[in-house]
Amino acid sequence: MLEWRRRREPSLPMLALSPLIAIALTMALGMIVFTAMGYDGFHAVGSIFLTPFLEPQRWADIGVKAAPLVMIALGLAIGFRANVWNIGAEGQYVMGAIAGTGVALLTYQMTGWWILPAMVLAGILGGMAWAAIPAFLRVRLQVSEILTSLMLTYVAVQFLYFLVRGPWKDPDGFNFPQTRMFTADQTLPTVLEGTLVHLGIPAALLLALVAWLLMEKTTAGYAVKVVGLAPAAARHGGFSAERTTWATMLLSGGLAGLAGLFEAAGPFGQLTPQFPIGYGFTAIIVAFLGRLHPLGIVFGGIVLAATYVGGEIAQSTVRLPQAATGMFQALLLFMLLATDVLVRWRISWKRRAA
Amino acid sequence: MNQPREQIVPSRLALAHISKSFPGVKANEDISLSIAPGEIHALLGENGAGKSTLVKIIYGVQQADEGTISWNGEPVAIPSPKAARKLGIGMVFQHFSLFDAMTVIENIALGLDEAVDREELKARVAAILESYSLPLDPDREVHTLSVGERQRIEIVRCLLQKPKLLIMDEPTSVLTPQEVERLFSTLRQIAAEGCSILYISHKLSEIRALCDSATILRAGRVVATCDPKVETTKRMAELMIGAELRKIEHSKTAGAGAVRLSVTGLSLPGEPPFGTDLEAVSFVARAGEILGIAGVAGNGQAELLTALSGERLAPGPATIQLDGKAIGQEGAGARRALGLACVPEERNGHAAVPDFSLADNGLLTARHRVPLAPHGWISRGSVKRFADSVIKLFDVRTTGYGALARSLSGGNLQKFIMGREIGQQPAVLVVSQPTWGVDAGAAAAIRQELVDLAAKGSAVVVISQDLDELLELADRLSVINEGRLSAPRPVASLGIDEIGLMMGGVHGAEAAAHA
Repeated sequence: MLEWRRRREPSLPMLALSPLIAIALTMALGMIVFTAMGYDGFHAVGSIFLTPFLEPQRWADIGVKAAPLVMIALGLAIGFRANVWNIGAEGQYVMGAIAGTGVALLTYQMTGWWILPAMVLAGILGGMAWAAIPAFLRVRLQVSEILTSLMLTYVAVQFLYFLVRGPWKDPDGFNFPQTRMFTADQTLPTVLEGTLVHLGIPAALLLALVAWLLMEKTTAGYAVKVVGLAPAAARHGGFSAERTTWATMLLSGGLAGLAGLFEAAGPFGQLTPQFPIGYGFTAIIVAFLGRLHPLGIVFGGIVLAATYVGGEIAQSTVRLPQAATGMFQALLLFMLLATDVLVRWRISWKRRAA
Repeated sequence: MNQPREQIVPSRLALAHISKSFPGVKANEDISLSIAPGEIHALLGENGAGKSTLVKIIYGVQQADEGTISWNGEPVAIPSPKAARKLGIGMVFQHFSLFDAMTVIENIALGLDEAVDREELKARVAAILESYSLPLDPDREVHTLSVGERQRIEIVRCLLQKPKLLIMDEPTSVLTPQEVERLFSTLRQIAAEGCSILYISHKLSEIRALCDSATILRAGRVVATCDPKVETTKRMAELMIGAELRKIEHSKTAGAGAVRLSVTGLSLPGEPPFGTDLEAVSFVARAGEILGIAGVAGNGQAELLTALSGERLAPGPATIQLDGKAIGQEGAGARRALGLACVPEERNGHAAVPDFSLADNGLLTARHRVPLAPHGWISRGSVKRFADSVIKLFDVRTTGYGALARSLSGGNLQKFIMGREIGQQPAVLVVSQPTWGVDAGAAAAIRQELVDLAAKGSAVVVISQDLDELLELADRLSVINEGRLSAPRPVASLGIDEIGLMMGGVHGAEAAAHA
């Protein structure tokens, strides 16, 4: 029978290994499920998890999808450390894109180097403003930010639909529900000639480094951890839980808004109803896969980005439905939470005593 | 010792060669002891000596790795607390498991193994309360009761099962002297009716007053079995800590220094649901003195500490003054920077973060007075050095500054926390329960540090429920009761009965009326 023993201290090897074990378990279980459903399970899992890494022409695509995931997850992870559960990054992502697009539409006939930075600033502020609502409700009225931030996501998405079908609809767009295409001064420059690799990718890596410095080297990052682990001790040490809630909500909202703006001014080049594709939710999985650690999140972002790319491959190779990607991502989150047990518990086989 | 008699009447409980290991520690090693029917047997030892582990084995919470347990002469296995209760073993824990918002009788009903009809239960409880003349109202809600009354609920719970062995874990740590006396007479009556009692404590005077025999543990082993009525207190203490006792040395100059902390008319509503309101608390603490604040738990001590530390702000700035500066509206960080350090009673989660290393826990409160994080940038080297110096100076037993706070024993963590605050050379140190759950050797060291800190010109305020400690340490003593603080009086002029009555306050008067 299985014997469970609580470890005296969390196991460091397991802390690093458990995400890998979770990925392996997800692959194994996915194989079984899809085989049982009559698909070629072996190739399905191979297409989703391995092909994207094995074919160099897919790497740029992974990078483009990983960048927003990493940016959003960095902010979320810092909040999660402080016990601030911003589940509505998708909404802040959309609002960031809307705010940035607003600047783009205002500067439609202008040129200048300042336009893109102004859009970036608007994107960050848009995301922050959307996150400020749940922050205010939690600090002042003790309303759970989990619910309010999640519900505000749907408000943001409906607002986007309204804008692209109404006031912001491209007058030269044959009545398609979409905004004007951004001009050259409104578009994120690519870093590698001839590829999709845009400025957002190095920006995400730089932000991961900054987030790591913030969490490890500053009293602000320390405050976040204390508030999350032991609120009474934080109060005793002179840290304010309210300020931490505000700071982490605004930070995660701002980063989600930035990611949204980069996506709008990068791969999309305009706003369309297809714009919200769930990066804000997937980033929650990225944050946990990266163990809420900025450098782990870069790894997590790459894995989840690969499942998006691989999901598309699997649609053509083994005719897997598009929903399969979401299923794999959800399965991964389940496995992550399950393998978390290994960090605090030692499990071994023990023969039942007579 | 009692070999001939044991052959006729088997021991109620006999342990033979019990051993139990945890990763990295041998908690119990080759422990043997026996308890006769009706005997009050003391289990004596410092924190970490293995008392708790042994008791958990007897009560079925944990299983021994080796050794046998006999019950009335028959070898038995005790796989669970339920099995222990079935044999007739009852236990009153140090920390009660009671629901504050429920009544006494509801709490008793919840603790029973089988469902009992409410009316029948009431009758049985009433019978027990009467036959042991225990003052307790079954219909009162628990949050309105004193600690002594709460303990009686646990005792009644046990007595309902008609136990043959009652285990009492540090039962007097939070009682007033009068409540202790009452408890002892109850225990003597229970023993006289044939129930054995295993009495766990490190308070030697109590063991001498109550117990028939004593087993002394040190570092997981039995170091002596003796008759506490014959053995000297000093000798038992030395057996327990394995070294000669240090005597606290007071400085001669205490009491005449300048006022360092003054509190004037501090009133603060308690935090819901069960907080105590502070009502017009006033006192001064002078350079070079130790002011003791006695009182039974839950009378406003926690509220007073958080009001002084800055975790809750005072209504006006001048209500609290540090060296003449009004700090009532300053936050915790600002107060500490000015030299007011506080140590709350609860170590895990309040004074320290259990999941942080000692190094990071040093940063928690020391960063205001020690340059550990200049301009918000944490200097890892300084943080480690600071934690290291605290560990060395205060003899904290740990694997190093990287050890998680939760991995330390209560006493060692307390030494680290006290060291962290004292190491900052505060102008005023306010500390609640400085030696609660700390072994005798470490407690003596902590008390000496407090005396030394005062001797260097700081003012020290000690909030404690341990009267012996306050009488040993304090120059002046006041009592907190229901959020009101009595005027401090020099310790030399006070008798212990007088303090006990002050501590008991309304509850004490009620108890007297019932008796």
